[in-house]
Amino acid sequence: MKYFEDIAVGERIPVGRHTFKADEIKTFAARFDPQPFHLDESAAERSHFGALCASGWHTAVVWMRLMVDARRRMMDAARARGEPVAAMGPALGFRELKWMKPVYVDDTIDYTSEIIAARISESRPDVGLLSIRSIGINQHGEPVISFISTTFVERRPGTP
Amino acid sequence: MSAKRYWEDFKPGEVTIHGPRLVTREEIIAFAAEFDPQPMHLDEVAAGATILGGLGASGWHSCCLLMRIIADGFVNHSHSMGAPGVDEVRWLKPLRPNTQVRVRATVLETRAPKSRPDFGFVKCLFEMLDEQDVVLTTLTSPLMITRREGNAGA
Repeated sequence: MKYFEDIAVGERIPVGRHTFKADEIKTFAARFDPQPFHLDESAAERSHFGALCASGWHTAVVWMRLMVDARRRMMDAARARGEPVAAMGPALGFRELKWMKPVYVDDTIDYTSEIIAARISESRPDVGLLSIRSIGINQHGEPVISFISTTFVERRPGTP
Repeated sequence: MSAKRYWEDFKPGEVTIHGPRLVTREEIIAFAAEFDPQPMHLDEVAAGATILGGLGASGWHSCCLLMRIIADGFVNHSHSMGAPGVDEVRWLKPLRPNTQVRVRATVLETRAPKSRPDFGFVKCLFEMLDEQDVVLTTLTSPLMITRREGNAGA
């Protein structure tokens, strides 16, 4: 992972893709979001969703998992080139999360993240703050999730 | 005859408390291993060297726990249609192992879109509290709740 000083606004990260299976949709919902339309096919058919669909939180946490994996690959590549690796995280939160369309069984969501703003933290001048817009798009090309997160990233050592 | 709440039953200013729920070290690590495998959520020693200064739950785990607590607390006792999104989440303080959390839900506003007679929005502020009522996470979201009016017999 690059230092704050090496990250450009507009930079895009291909995060990865995931296919949501019925079993994992129901397992996640039973743990965290036990609403009938995330748990049971027939109840979902009777709901406004029309079919079983994933909890929006499930769609979001899959992004997080893919992002951690993508970052790890970038860190490994940097280490292989003999480059230092900057620490990233934790995040402060997110805003403007939109679930535009349901994620139905066997939908494949392709996630991309983009750096949309970068500034030095006022409270901690040794770290930078990145605003990252993340979007998930289904196999029909329709956006299903979008949000803007804010996270810490280490500054290059010795930078004033 | 269902006793579930409709959109009309929610009034701005209503405050309710949901939970409690004990969050264990094991579940913090299990969630992180599955969805957010960063050292600060997985391992005490590695976490001590990070900004978190010790093991803390993934912020996404806090959101998911909050969802579960409000689902049990009132969402599943209402005619919920889900939510179109979340306005804002702030992870203010780390959620540490063995914290007993509760969620304070405040109805900020209720709004019925003219174009859709079947549901209304109930915008809520959710605050995850620890045992000392310190706010760990805040989440603001407009929930979609079925309207009683226009859904007679539902």
